[in-house]
Amino acid sequence: MSTGSQEHLRRAQQSSGAGAHTSVHPLYQEWVGYEAHDVHEEHEEPLVDPQLLANALGWFSIGLGLVQLLAPRAFGRAIGVGEHPVLVRAIGAREVVNGIGLLSQRSTGTWAWSRVAGDALDLSLLAIAARRPAADRDLQRLALATSAALGVTSVDVYTAQALARVPVSEPAEMVSASCAVNSSPQALYAFWKDLANLPRFMSHLESVTRIDERTSHWVAKGPAGMSVEWDAEIVRDDPDEGFSWQTVPGSEVTHEGTVRFDRDLAGRGTIVRVQMRYIPPAGRVGRQLGRLLGEDPQAQIEGDLRRLKQLIETGEVATTIGQPAGRRSVLGRVTLGRRLQ
Amino acid sequence: MKAVCWQGIGQVGVEDVPDPYILNPRDAIVKVTATAICGSDLHLYDGYVPTMYRGDILGHEFMGEVVEVGPGVSNLSVGDRVVVPFPIACGNCFYCERELYSLCENSNPNAQLAERLWGHSPAGIFGYSHLTGGYAGGQAEYVRVPFADVGPLVVPESLEDEQVLFLSDVLPTGYMAAEQCDIEEGDTIAVWGCGPVGLFAIRSAKLLGAGRVIAIDRYPERLGKASAAGAEMTVNYEEVDVLEILKELTGGRGPDACIDAVGMEAHVRGVSHAYDRIKQAMRLESDRPAVLRQAILACRSGGVVSVAGVYGGFVDKMPFGAVMNKAITIKSGQTHVHRYMRSLLERIESGELDPSFIITHRLSLDEAPLGYEMFRNKEDECVKVVFLLVPRPSVASPISIPLS
Repeated sequence: MSTGSQEHLRRAQQSSGAGAHTSVHPLYQEWVGYEAHDVHEEHEEPLVDPQLLANALGWFSIGLGLVQLLAPRAFGRAIGVGEHPVLVRAIGAREVVNGIGLLSQRSTGTWAWSRVAGDALDLSLLAIAARRPAADRDLQRLALATSAALGVTSVDVYTAQALARVPVSEPAEMVSASCAVNSSPQALYAFWKDLANLPRFMSHLESVTRIDERTSHWVAKGPAGMSVEWDAEIVRDDPDEGFSWQTVPGSEVTHEGTVRFDRDLAGRGTIVRVQMRYIPPAGRVGRQLGRLLGEDPQAQIEGDLRRLKQLIETGEVATTIGQPAGRRSVLGRVTLGRRLQ
Repeated sequence: MKAVCWQGIGQVGVEDVPDPYILNPRDAIVKVTATAICGSDLHLYDGYVPTMYRGDILGHEFMGEVVEVGPGVSNLSVGDRVVVPFPIACGNCFYCERELYSLCENSNPNAQLAERLWGHSPAGIFGYSHLTGGYAGGQAEYVRVPFADVGPLVVPESLEDEQVLFLSDVLPTGYMAAEQCDIEEGDTIAVWGCGPVGLFAIRSAKLLGAGRVIAIDRYPERLGKASAAGAEMTVNYEEVDVLEILKELTGGRGPDACIDAVGMEAHVRGVSHAYDRIKQAMRLESDRPAVLRQAILACRSGGVVSVAGVYGGFVDKMPFGAVMNKAITIKSGQTHVHRYMRSLLERIESGELDPSFIITHRLSLDEAPLGYEMFRNKEDECVKVVFLLVPRPSVASPISIPLS
């Protein structure tokens, strides 16, 4: 595939918005040659799309919950437990909340497990009802209701497990960028490989210190002035061509990245391509908060590569921070020095 | 120090600001001795260039004395007298290696902003909005000059500030406008706008061997200077139809090349001017391209339209059918000043060229608000305003300031 069509592919993927949540970028696979450093276990395709099942269960929850909320007495009689409007309404409310949760597409796995927990509660309530010598119970109906509940429970368990197997059910962020640099792949590789250089152009990093040949300790500025630390290891190393790294298991953040240094045609230097994926500290909330504070990961990585280019080509990073100016307006003080120099 | 600051549309003021200091290894600090208002500064003054903020220090034509150099600058010494090119260029990138200095990839700290508007970012420019870096400009007592090992040109003591100051912008800009015309013997070159850039384009076209230069403007004093610069013919567009007269003068064929030395705030006669004024005022087009349209229509088939005037955003009703069907070549760009400075300095040293003829007003920096107003309104036959911060004792002409 030519560089042009790769670029086209990358753009098409970005513009479709698929980049942020797909498990592995096709181009990424092509560079790295294997899938995302096996952070996530290989999994077989499920028979039914678990997301689809989750949606169906969501609507089912809401429907059932509404019946329980609106006609608790009739519902109680129908399943043979007699009239317990308060308890049935409470169960109905739980069903509705659970249904909305499943349909919200957020933390679907958790909501699916919460349905399983609800099922267990329901089954125990049915068992209690079966033992009670109440006049209004109907054992035949109770048996039917219990078998229905067991059926639903099996679907819930299946869905929850299938969702857990879907890679990156967490809100992972995938960003990629490239930049033509007037230097050789060898020089760029050497510069990047010296990890202490990274904070010189990655503006969100405070420091990177080497622990051993493969592992290093990273300290980054997180959203809202928080500091985030993790250990990363190099998982693939192609001298003068690029390498890949990822956080060690159990880190505060999950992060992995690949950088490639591809020699451009006719002595036009090197094209640096970076692809990074990470799960931000506070998950989705952390990312949204970060965005709010103007820390867009895509813009960040593009800026980082631009600064790398400046450092490599000129030995310094262009700046105006610290230069004089006349009296600023309120607007100027808010804008300048943050989004603009 | 004192600096001329942008304070809003139509408002500049001299403010007391902190002195600049070295921020990067390849910086130098220059104590300004002479600086000028460029025609393109008027686009900032009139509010047609976005991302200007109150307090921005203006000015991109300046020269002075090096008073401090960073550890990365080895070719300049404290005390050197230098002229500084208006684009900031690193000298190391793809474009700098090809002498396309105004396209430097590494000097605009706000490149991402320019990329959103233009696809790619040009070089950083002194005192010319945050779109081109937000660098503090040279209409001040001191300036920080980034990549000082690449830009500033040391000038000999034998030459006056007024003779070499314009190497910073308008002289190379006029020269590049003419060079882009690929002039052959006997060529007719039409130049729209007889401000400093237009005048130097005329002068350069003659130096490059143009057979005939036709200058177009509406101010008699400017047309007079055009003749002095070497234009064979002058056209006052308020008196005659430009397209007709150009055809007539060239036997119907049209000029071989046309230079737009006017840019985004063009003024022409007729209905189209009102059309552009209204669209620009309503923000339906950012630039008024009346001269560009005329140049394209006037240019002979297969000819060159060379655009030295500044455009910022979007233009409307471009006769692109004429560009295509007449096989017109359009050449443009911010000037690659570094490329031309040395050879132009040689022409000045040899006496072939004396750029100081364009100066009409010599003011002190404190008089900047007056200078801007006068230049914008073309009052008092104003063509070029220079601020002399340290008047050299040997300056021949007395400083006269009309304070009407």
